[in-house]
Amino acid sequence: MSGLRVLVGCKRVIDYAVKIRVRPDKMGVVTDGVKHSMNPFDEIAIEEAVRLKEKKLASEVIAVSCGPPQCQETLRTAMAMGADKSIHVEIDLATYEKMSPLHVAKLLSKIAQDNKVDLILLGKQAIDGDCNQTGQMTAALLDWPQATCASSIEKTNGDIKVVKEVDGGLETVKVKLPAVVTTDLRLNEPRYATLPNIMKAKKKPMEKKKPVDYGVDIDPRQKVVSVEDPPTREAGQKLDNVQDLVTKLKEQGLLTS
Amino acid sequence: MSAQNLHSKVIHLYKTLLYLGREYPKGYDYFRTKLKNAFMKNREVTDPKEIEMLISRGEYIVKELEALYMLRKYRTLKKRYYSDET
Repeated sequence: MSGLRVLVGCKRVIDYAVKIRVRPDKMGVVTDGVKHSMNPFDEIAIEEAVRLKEKKLASEVIAVSCGPPQCQETLRTAMAMGADKSIHVEIDLATYEKMSPLHVAKLLSKIAQDNKVDLILLGKQAIDGDCNQTGQMTAALLDWPQATCASSIEKTNGDIKVVKEVDGGLETVKVKLPAVVTTDLRLNEPRYATLPNIMKAKKKPMEKKKPVDYGVDIDPRQKVVSVEDPPTREAGQKLDNVQDLVTKLKEQGLLTS
Repeated sequence: MSAQNLHSKVIHLYKTLLYLGREYPKGYDYFRTKLKNAFMKNREVTDPKEIEMLISRGEYIVKELEALYMLRKYRTLKKRYYSDET
Protein backbone atom coordinates (compact mmCIF):
# COMPACT_ATOMS: atom_id res chain seq x y z
CA MET A 1 0.00 0.00 0.00
CA SER A 2 1.36 3.41 -0.86
CA GLY A 3 0.83 6.37 1.45
CA LEU A 4 -2.31 6.60 3.49
CA ARG A 5 -4.92 9.21 2.97
CA VAL A 6 -5.62 10.70 6.36
CA LEU A 7 -8.69 12.67 7.33
CA VAL A 8 -8.43 14.81 10.44
CA GLY A 9 -11.31 16.47 12.19
CA CYS A 10 -10.69 19.84 13.78
CA LYS A 11 -13.31 21.57 15.81
CA ARG A 12 -13.31 25.25 16.57
CA VAL A 13 -13.90 25.70 20.28
CA ILE A 14 -13.69 28.47 22.84
CA ASP A 15 -10.02 28.87 23.72
CA TYR A 16 -8.84 26.74 26.62
CA ALA A 17 -7.63 29.80 28.54
CA VAL A 18 -10.97 31.64 28.42
CA LYS A 19 -13.32 31.64 31.38
CA ILE A 20 -16.64 30.21 30.18
CA ARG A 21 -19.74 32.22 30.97
CA VAL A 22 -23.32 30.97 30.73
CA ARG A 23 -25.67 33.02 28.58
CA PRO A 24 -28.39 34.90 30.50
CA ASP A 25 -31.13 32.86 28.77
CA LYS A 26 -29.47 29.66 30.08
CA MET A 27 -29.61 28.02 26.67
CA GLY A 28 -25.90 28.03 26.00
CA VAL A 29 -22.63 29.78 26.72
CA VAL A 30 -21.42 33.21 25.62
CA THR A 31 -19.49 32.89 22.35
CA ASP A 32 -19.71 36.44 20.97
CA GLY A 33 -16.39 38.26 21.10
CA VAL A 34 -14.76 35.33 22.86
CA LYS A 35 -11.42 33.99 21.67
CA HIS A 36 -11.72 30.69 19.84
CA SER A 37 -9.06 28.25 18.77
CA MET A 38 -8.65 24.70 17.57
CA ASN A 39 -9.65 21.99 20.01
CA PRO A 40 -6.32 20.93 21.63
CA PHE A 41 -7.03 17.23 21.12
CA ASP A 42 -7.61 17.89 17.41
CA GLU A 43 -4.30 19.74 17.28
CA ILE A 44 -2.71 16.54 18.50
CA ALA A 45 -4.54 14.64 15.75
CA ILE A 46 -3.28 17.06 13.07
CA GLU A 47 0.25 16.81 14.43
CA GLU A 48 0.12 13.02 14.31
CA ALA A 49 -1.16 13.07 10.73
CA VAL A 50 1.56 15.49 9.68
CA ARG A 51 4.20 13.31 11.36
CA LEU A 52 2.87 10.30 9.45
CA LYS A 53 3.28 12.33 6.31
CA GLU A 54 6.79 13.38 7.21
CA LYS A 55 7.67 9.73 7.73
CA LYS A 56 6.29 9.13 4.21
CA LEU A 57 3.60 6.85 5.62
CA ALA A 58 0.79 9.19 4.66
CA SER A 59 0.36 10.69 1.22
CA GLU A 60 -2.26 13.29 1.94
CA VAL A 61 -3.64 14.95 5.05
CA ILE A 62 -7.11 16.43 4.76
CA ALA A 63 -8.46 18.62 7.55
CA VAL A 64 -12.19 18.96 7.97
CA SER A 65 -14.30 21.22 10.14
CA CYS A 66 -18.06 21.62 10.45
CA GLY A 67 -19.54 24.88 11.59
CA PRO A 68 -19.91 28.61 10.98
CA PRO A 69 -17.62 30.49 8.54
CA GLN A 70 -15.10 31.28 11.31
CA CYS A 71 -14.12 27.60 11.21
CA GLN A 72 -12.05 28.50 8.17
CA GLU A 73 -9.51 30.11 10.50
CA THR A 74 -9.23 26.84 12.36
CA LEU A 75 -8.69 25.04 9.07
CA ARG A 76 -5.99 27.57 8.09
CA THR A 77 -4.22 26.76 11.32
CA ALA A 78 -4.49 23.06 10.49
CA MET A 79 -3.01 23.69 7.05
CA ALA A 80 -0.30 25.88 8.55
CA MET A 81 0.64 22.93 10.74
CA GLY A 82 0.99 20.80 7.62
CA ALA A 83 -2.37 19.54 6.34
CA ASP A 84 -2.49 19.53 2.52
CA LYS A 85 -6.04 20.62 2.00
CA SER A 86 -9.20 21.17 3.92
CA ILE A 87 -12.95 20.80 3.69
CA HIS A 88 -15.25 23.23 5.40
CA VAL A 89 -18.80 22.04 5.91
CA GLU A 90 -20.63 25.27 6.39
CA ILE A 91 -23.42 25.29 8.94
CA ASP A 92 -24.99 28.48 10.21
CA LEU A 93 -24.53 29.36 13.83
CA ALA A 94 -28.11 28.72 14.95
CA THR A 95 -28.13 25.19 13.50
CA TYR A 96 -24.58 24.53 14.64
CA GLU A 97 -25.45 25.22 18.26
CA LYS A 98 -28.02 22.43 18.17
CA MET A 99 -25.77 19.90 16.44
CA SER A 100 -24.77 16.75 18.23
CA PRO A 101 -21.84 14.33 17.75
CA LEU A 102 -24.03 12.04 15.66
CA HIS A 103 -24.49 14.69 12.98
CA VAL A 104 -20.78 15.35 12.82
CA ALA A 105 -20.10 11.60 12.70
CA LYS A 106 -22.51 11.23 9.77
CA LEU A 107 -20.80 14.07 7.91
CA LEU A 108 -17.34 12.70 8.65
CA SER A 109 -18.24 9.21 7.47
CA LYS A 110 -19.61 10.56 4.18
CA ILE A 111 -16.53 12.75 3.68
CA ALA A 112 -14.29 9.76 4.40
CA GLN A 113 -16.06 7.68 1.77
CA ASP A 114 -16.05 10.50 -0.79
CA ASN A 115 -12.33 11.08 -0.38
CA LYS A 116 -11.33 7.41 -0.18
CA VAL A 117 -9.69 7.91 3.17
CA ASP A 118 -7.66 5.15 4.87
CA LEU A 119 -7.40 6.63 8.31
CA ILE A 120 -9.52 9.07 10.28
CA LEU A 121 -7.74 10.85 13.11
CA LEU A 122 -9.88 12.74 15.58
CA GLY A 123 -9.38 14.29 18.97
CA LYS A 124 -10.84 12.01 21.61
CA GLN A 125 -13.15 14.78 22.70
CA ALA A 126 -13.63 18.51 22.30
CA ILE A 127 -13.00 20.74 25.27
CA ASP A 128 -16.38 22.44 24.87
CA GLY A 129 -18.91 19.59 24.72
CA ASP A 130 -16.65 16.95 26.29
CA CYS A 131 -18.78 14.35 24.55
CA ASN A 132 -16.11 11.81 23.56
CA GLN A 133 -18.52 10.27 21.03
CA THR A 134 -17.74 11.50 17.54
CA GLY A 135 -14.89 9.09 16.83
CA GLN A 136 -16.77 6.08 18.11
CA MET A 137 -19.92 6.98 16.17
CA THR A 138 -17.98 7.59 12.97
CA ALA A 139 -16.36 4.17 13.24
CA ALA A 140 -19.74 2.57 13.85
CA LEU A 141 -21.36 4.30 10.88
CA LEU A 142 -18.55 3.26 8.55
CA ASP A 143 -18.27 -0.18 10.14
CA TRP A 144 -14.52 0.43 10.55
CA PRO A 145 -12.42 -0.65 13.50
CA GLN A 146 -11.69 2.00 16.09
CA ALA A 147 -8.90 2.73 18.53
CA THR A 148 -9.74 5.45 21.01
CA CYS A 149 -7.56 7.57 23.30
CA ALA A 150 -4.32 6.73 21.50
CA SER A 151 -1.02 7.50 23.17
CA SER A 152 1.06 6.01 20.39
CA ILE A 153 0.38 5.05 16.79
CA GLU A 154 2.63 2.80 14.76
CA LYS A 155 2.05 1.61 11.23
CA THR A 156 2.83 -1.96 10.37
CA ASN A 157 1.96 -3.79 7.19
CA GLY A 158 -1.65 -3.09 6.28
CA ASP A 159 -2.67 -2.33 9.83
CA ILE A 160 -1.72 -0.05 12.67
CA LYS A 161 -0.69 -0.72 16.22
CA VAL A 162 -2.21 1.68 18.68
CA VAL A 163 -1.44 2.02 22.36
CA LYS A 164 -4.58 3.21 24.10
CA GLU A 165 -4.95 4.91 27.44
CA VAL A 166 -7.48 3.01 29.50
CA ASP A 167 -8.42 3.19 33.15
CA GLY A 168 -5.44 2.17 35.19
CA GLY A 169 -3.03 1.49 32.36
CA LEU A 170 -2.32 1.03 28.70
CA GLU A 171 -3.86 -1.30 26.16
CA THR A 172 -2.24 -2.19 22.86
CA VAL A 173 -4.51 -2.98 19.96
CA LYS A 174 -3.89 -3.80 16.33
CA VAL A 175 -6.48 -2.49 13.92
CA LYS A 176 -6.90 -3.13 10.22
CA LEU A 177 -7.11 -0.16 7.92
CA PRO A 178 -9.27 1.71 7.17
CA ALA A 179 -9.79 2.71 10.77
CA VAL A 180 -10.76 5.51 13.10
CA VAL A 181 -8.26 6.59 15.76
CA THR A 182 -8.90 9.18 18.42
CA THR A 183 -6.01 10.93 20.13
CA ASP A 184 -5.19 11.41 23.77
CA LEU A 185 -3.12 14.15 25.37
CA ARG A 186 0.16 12.26 25.54
CA LEU A 187 0.34 11.18 21.90
CA ASN A 188 2.58 14.05 20.81
CA GLU A 189 3.41 17.71 21.26
CA PRO A 190 1.73 19.76 18.56
CA ARG A 191 3.92 22.23 16.70
CA TYR A 192 3.15 25.90 16.68
CA ALA A 193 1.47 27.32 13.58
CA THR A 194 3.97 30.05 12.70
CA LEU A 195 3.06 33.27 10.99
CA PRO A 196 4.81 32.49 7.66
CA ASN A 197 3.11 29.09 7.58
CA ILE A 198 -0.29 30.66 8.20
CA MET A 199 0.40 32.94 5.24
CA LYS A 200 1.40 30.00 3.07
CA ALA A 201 -1.69 28.09 4.19
CA LYS A 202 -3.85 30.73 2.53
CA LYS A 203 -2.73 29.30 -0.80
CA LYS A 204 -3.72 25.75 0.07
CA PRO A 205 -7.06 24.51 -1.30
CA MET A 206 -10.17 24.68 0.86
CA GLU A 207 -13.39 23.07 -0.32
CA LYS A 208 -16.63 24.59 0.85
CA LYS A 209 -19.50 22.18 1.30
CA LYS A 210 -22.97 22.10 2.81
CA PRO A 211 -24.51 19.25 4.78
CA VAL A 212 -26.97 18.68 1.90
CA ASP A 213 -24.03 17.96 -0.42
CA TYR A 214 -23.46 14.85 1.66
CA GLY A 215 -27.16 14.10 2.04
CA VAL A 216 -26.97 14.45 5.78
CA ASP A 217 -29.95 15.72 7.69
CA ILE A 218 -28.80 17.85 10.59
CA ASP A 219 -32.12 18.51 12.25
CA PRO A 220 -31.65 18.42 16.00
CA ARG A 221 -32.79 15.25 17.76
CA GLN A 222 -32.08 16.64 21.18
CA LYS A 223 -33.31 19.70 23.01
CA VAL A 224 -31.24 21.75 25.40
CA VAL A 225 -33.32 22.21 28.52
CA SER A 226 -30.97 24.40 30.49
CA VAL A 227 -27.30 25.26 30.75
CA GLU A 228 -26.03 26.15 34.17
CA ASP A 229 -22.81 27.00 35.97
CA PRO A 230 -21.35 24.30 38.16
CA PRO A 231 -22.22 24.90 41.81
CA THR A 232 -19.76 27.26 43.47
CA ARG A 233 -17.86 25.99 46.43
CA GLU A 234 -19.02 27.51 49.69
CA ALA A 235 -16.50 29.70 51.44
CA GLY A 236 -14.70 28.17 54.38
CA GLN A 237 -14.33 29.58 57.85
CA LYS A 238 -11.23 30.52 59.77
CA LEU A 239 -11.21 29.61 63.45
CA ASP A 240 -8.94 30.98 66.14
CA ASN A 241 -8.20 27.88 68.14
CA VAL A 242 -8.67 24.14 68.43
CA GLN A 243 -11.48 24.52 70.97
CA ASP A 244 -13.62 26.37 68.42
CA LEU A 245 -12.83 23.76 65.82
CA VAL A 246 -13.95 20.93 68.04
CA THR A 247 -17.16 22.78 68.95
CA LYS A 248 -17.91 23.43 65.27
CA LEU A 249 -17.25 19.87 64.26
CA LYS A 250 -19.54 18.63 67.04
CA GLU A 251 -22.26 21.02 65.91
CA GLN A 252 -22.04 19.55 62.44
CA GLY A 253 -22.15 16.06 63.87
CA LEU A 254 -18.75 15.27 62.39
CA LEU A 255 -17.26 14.39 65.76
CA THR A 256 -18.77 12.13 68.31
CA SER A 257 -18.64 13.68 71.75
CA MET B 1 25.49 39.61 5.20
CA SER B 2 24.33 42.82 3.61
CA ALA B 3 22.69 45.52 5.66
CA GLN B 4 19.49 45.17 3.62
CA ASN B 5 19.27 41.49 4.41
CA LEU B 6 19.81 42.09 8.12
CA HIS B 7 17.19 44.78 8.12
CA SER B 8 14.54 42.43 6.72
CA LYS B 9 15.55 39.77 9.20
CA VAL B 10 14.99 42.16 12.06
CA ILE B 11 11.59 43.17 10.70
CA HIS B 12 10.66 39.52 10.28
CA LEU B 13 11.70 38.75 13.84
CA TYR B 14 9.66 41.66 15.13
CA LYS B 15 6.59 40.51 13.24
CA THR B 16 6.96 36.96 14.47
CA LEU B 17 7.25 38.12 18.05
CA LEU B 18 4.25 40.44 17.68
CA TYR B 19 2.23 37.52 16.36
CA LEU B 20 3.27 35.34 19.27
CA GLY B 21 2.45 38.15 21.68
CA ARG B 22 -1.24 37.83 20.90
CA GLU B 23 -1.37 34.78 23.12
CA TYR B 24 0.82 36.14 25.90
CA PRO B 25 -0.71 35.40 29.33
CA LYS B 26 -0.29 38.98 30.54
CA GLY B 27 -1.99 40.36 27.45
CA TYR B 28 -1.02 41.68 24.05
CA ASP B 29 -0.60 45.29 25.13
CA TYR B 30 1.85 44.39 27.85
CA PHE B 31 3.83 42.25 25.45
CA ARG B 32 3.88 44.79 22.64
CA THR B 33 5.16 47.58 24.89
CA LYS B 34 7.91 45.35 26.24
CA LEU B 35 8.79 44.16 22.76
CA LYS B 36 8.98 47.63 21.32
CA ASN B 37 11.17 48.82 24.19
CA ALA B 38 13.49 45.87 23.72
CA PHE B 39 13.93 46.63 20.03
CA MET B 40 14.25 50.37 20.55
CA LYS B 41 16.94 49.84 23.16
CA ASN B 42 19.18 48.40 20.46
CA ARG B 43 18.32 50.84 17.69
CA GLU B 44 21.80 52.40 17.74
CA VAL B 45 23.54 49.09 17.09
CA THR B 46 25.30 49.15 13.71
CA ASP B 47 27.88 46.39 13.92
CA PRO B 48 26.59 43.51 11.71
CA LYS B 49 28.05 40.89 14.06
CA GLU B 50 26.26 42.35 17.03
CA ILE B 51 23.00 42.60 15.08
CA GLU B 52 23.33 38.92 14.17
CA MET B 53 23.81 38.11 17.82
CA LEU B 54 20.75 40.11 18.83
CA ILE B 55 18.68 38.39 16.13
CA SER B 56 19.68 34.96 17.37
CA ARG B 57 18.74 36.02 20.88
CA GLY B 58 15.33 37.06 19.53
CA GLU B 59 14.94 33.72 17.77
CA TYR B 60 15.72 32.00 21.03
CA ILE B 61 12.89 33.94 22.66
CA VAL B 62 10.56 32.85 19.86
CA LYS B 63 11.35 29.23 20.65
CA GLU B 64 10.91 29.80 24.37
CA LEU B 65 7.51 31.42 23.85
CA GLU B 66 6.30 28.56 21.66
CA ALA B 67 7.42 26.11 24.33
CA LEU B 68 5.76 28.20 27.03
CA TYR B 69 2.42 28.20 25.23
CA MET B 70 2.57 24.50 24.55
CA LEU B 71 3.38 23.69 28.15
CA ARG B 72 0.68 26.02 29.42
CA LYS B 73 -1.92 24.35 27.26
CA TYR B 74 -0.71 20.88 28.19
CA ARG B 75 -0.79 21.67 31.89
CA THR B 76 -4.25 23.21 31.75
CA LEU B 77 -5.63 20.16 29.97
CA LYS B 78 -3.87 17.76 32.27
CA LYS B 79 -5.27 19.56 35.28
CA ARG B 80 -8.74 19.62 33.79
CA TYR B 81 -9.01 16.05 32.56
CA TYR B 82 -6.49 13.99 34.44
CA SER B 83 -6.86 15.37 37.93
CA ASP B 84 -6.73 12.03 39.74
CA GLU B 85 -3.31 11.11 38.40
CA THR B 86 0.02 11.96 39.91
